[in-house]
Amino acid sequence: MADALGARADPALPRLPKAGIMSGPFPAVRVRLDPRDFTLPGASTLVLVLTMLSAACGPDQRQPGDQAGGASRGSAGAARSEPMLPPGADEGEWTIAARDYASTRYSPLDQITARNVPGLRLAWSFSTGVLRGHEAAPIVADGAMYVVTPWPNYLYALDLATGEQKWKYDPGTMRAAQGVACCDVVNRGASYADGRVFFNTLDNHTVAVDAKSGKELWKVKLGEINRGETMTMAPLVVGDKVYVGNSGGEMGVRGWITALDVTSGEIAWRAYHTGPDADVLIGPRFKPFYPSHQGKDLGVTTWPPDQWKVGGGTVWGWISYDPEVNVIYYGTSNPGVWNPAMRPGDNKWSTSIFARDADTGEALWAYQTAPHDEHDYDGVNELILLNLEIEGQVRKVAVRPGRTGFMYVIDRRTGEVLSAVPYGYVNWAKGIDLKTGTPIFNEEKRTGNRAATNICPAAPGMKDWQPSAFSPRTGFLYVPHNNLCMDYEGGAAAYIAGTPYVGARVKMHAGPGGHRGVYSAWDPAAQREVWSIEERFPVWSGTVVTAGDVAFYGTMDRWFKAVHARTGDLLWQYRVGSGIIGQPVTYLGPDGRQYVAILSGVGGWAGAAALGLMPEIDPFIALGFANAMTDLPQHTAQGGMLYVFALEGAGQPGSGAAGQRSVR
Amino acid sequence: MRHRMAVLIVIAAAGSTALAYGALPRRPGAPAPHLLRVCSDPNNLPFSNRAEQGFENRLADLLATELGMEVRYTWWAQRRGFVRNTLAAGQCDLIAGVPAGYELVATTAPYYRSTYVFVTRRDLTPPIESIDDPRLHRLRIGVHLIGDDYAAPPPATALARRGIVRNVKGYSIYGDYREPNPPARLVDAVAKGEVDVALAWGPLAGYFGGREEVPLRVTPMRERGDGPGVPFVFAIAMGVRSGDTALGRRIDAALDRRRGEVRRILERYGVPLVTEIREAT
Repeated sequence: MADALGARADPALPRLPKAGIMSGPFPAVRVRLDPRDFTLPGASTLVLVLTMLSAACGPDQRQPGDQAGGASRGSAGAARSEPMLPPGADEGEWTIAARDYASTRYSPLDQITARNVPGLRLAWSFSTGVLRGHEAAPIVADGAMYVVTPWPNYLYALDLATGEQKWKYDPGTMRAAQGVACCDVVNRGASYADGRVFFNTLDNHTVAVDAKSGKELWKVKLGEINRGETMTMAPLVVGDKVYVGNSGGEMGVRGWITALDVTSGEIAWRAYHTGPDADVLIGPRFKPFYPSHQGKDLGVTTWPPDQWKVGGGTVWGWISYDPEVNVIYYGTSNPGVWNPAMRPGDNKWSTSIFARDADTGEALWAYQTAPHDEHDYDGVNELILLNLEIEGQVRKVAVRPGRTGFMYVIDRRTGEVLSAVPYGYVNWAKGIDLKTGTPIFNEEKRTGNRAATNICPAAPGMKDWQPSAFSPRTGFLYVPHNNLCMDYEGGAAAYIAGTPYVGARVKMHAGPGGHRGVYSAWDPAAQREVWSIEERFPVWSGTVVTAGDVAFYGTMDRWFKAVHARTGDLLWQYRVGSGIIGQPVTYLGPDGRQYVAILSGVGGWAGAAALGLMPEIDPFIALGFANAMTDLPQHTAQGGMLYVFALEGAGQPGSGAAGQRSVR
Repeated sequence: MRHRMAVLIVIAAAGSTALAYGALPRRPGAPAPHLLRVCSDPNNLPFSNRAEQGFENRLADLLATELGMEVRYTWWAQRRGFVRNTLAAGQCDLIAGVPAGYELVATTAPYYRSTYVFVTRRDLTPPIESIDDPRLHRLRIGVHLIGDDYAAPPPATALARRGIVRNVKGYSIYGDYREPNPPARLVDAVAKGEVDVALAWGPLAGYFGGREEVPLRVTPMRERGDGPGVPFVFAIAMGVRSGDTALGRRIDAALDRRRGEVRRILERYGVPLVTEIREAT
């Protein structure tokens, strides 16, 4: 049931920013937008440039404390972009998971505003027929919506106007792949370009499907489940290449990223994240900022002999792209094996951010966020490409809400860390030394061969895969994340392949405050939290923020929520069938109205443990996360369902000027 | 510190005839047998394989005969998801080998006890028997990597505690499942000279150590463990679903009645057996 402003009954109340992190080292910092960062794939660049430029004026024009800001900014919104709208639905589409190459997940659509969002009603829904955790972003292009399910990885095409199923493609994903996946059998979605839909299967195939007919165009096998590899990430497509990577850092996999030709699926290049420089595509153009990242074959020498061959560094998260310099940015997973005592050294290039030439794959710089990772702090989270004015100088940065608990602001041209401050409670490190780029470890919270209690954040980090959004209107980053800590100690006998051993026992629990999830607005310029909402469970969904100053996210206890982008006030919520761990998107329908879509279907690492779906031999996962989630089954059961919402009343203008915007 | 436990270790020669055993013939005219539904790995000798050549296959046959049942297998790789997809899913009722007290199942009384061992070439003398042998600081050592959590095989943890890591090479316990018996690559590595010594679980080493082209020596670790939480010796039992006490009791009783044959099967497969003798205090 839709429940506008039902805030009293909900545990999720906005709270004031924390004192103590209000000041940052940048005294006069402003967010400034570079339109090129917001280039829509396959869309008209110029149009969006203008849109974003004018949108950037928003914050200066706003009236402080204006609760109904959406409406009062409505006219400004209309004035800024109306004449520049593309003739088609480009601006109204959502063709890649992050919507734009800068990974902002910001939509310029403003029919749905903070004022009228309580009128949001269910327009149509669709059952995927799959029960496991649904993490994908529905992709909207060319009059259709494309939805990838968890294993067995069905791809559905749905008619945008009617919700009718146009076709279903079944890649025939191997059953055995399920046993290899570490953390439920999720898929993070598809990408669309030029009439083709691209996605990955759990059994390591990248597939291109004809968007109109649902016919397979090509399908290439890139990894081997028998070696522990799977694929779960959403591909990024840029120009003539599709970028994909593998999963399985826990399984002794050697991580890689590869670029495929969009028309043939042929491998253009592949870069590994362990091993000799030649394999990592490190050559003369590689100029890492920090001395600890410089030297020959660090992917070999920072490991015990041959251990790099099973050293992890997979690519299961997000890739951003800067068209101005033709560079992709992304990060790598935890090192293998998990037990850090077995792999002394920095274990490069696990948990590292890479900048690579998009055409050749050559590495330009790298920065390792967790050298010799002891806590499973993968480095795969999204990198949001922004331009920040720092002390009068515009820096082209990548902002990374890290699993480590630090919000990194990195110069994306050089790899220099400009700032790294905690965005929640962190005790594994006292900070990041900006001179060396390395964490200042808290010795009491190290793992390895010893017990340690109350390590914060826990293994899933302050934020796991769930991607943030950035609004150029507010200048804030919207961050769905966790508030979990963990105890680490010796455990009971376990058994794999006939070999007994003693598993570590990791127990996660709620962090300070007792809530397990947080949805917060973060000011990357001032380096402080603006507001935050506490949630019962980890906020394991993605988020989207719009020009209507509405931010959407979902909770594992089955709420799909709209909050005010400036204040965090809950504006609307809807009770869906199963907990939400998917990524919301918003788009213009063929009728010219703005829609919001989300997949529900609880699962993922956070959900599957408590629902008894996890590989039980892994005490870390089965006991570790499940320990923090024992009450989840009292709030939700499984079930994959797509929900699509629109404002009440067909053809009714959503709000003044915005409602007049129509698409032919 | 005085050890209160003495350990008698029996190593049986690896039985070269093990592979010749087939399924036991059934008595003609017997009543329609109940099914002994066994959850088993199709590719993991010496424990089991689809051709039913492992010692757990022999034990299943033995139990079935004793209980007047017929063996029916559910094949599943014994790795992540094994219990969930087999025993817990009701596909089968018995797992022939799990550590005693394994939390995911109800375990029978242990029917054997084995230990981690050193595997070396025969020409490495004197044999390595102790985790504190100084040669372990310079020899190339192979261990299994478990991979998916903080865990490592206990001897690997013991080596790491001693700072022995730079000369340690990990072999994935999962291996490449397309190859036969993937965990055996660790023993192959000694024969091939990739490493000088492997620290392997006894049954695996006892079986494959006798089958390499190069003569290998399998030496049980002298220590029983490396302090609390790091045992080298494990007792192995059979597992049934929690709550399935009826089957558990029947298996327990059958294992006890046929313990002589159980032991002979284990010895034929070269399983290094550890017998616990409790000293009078």
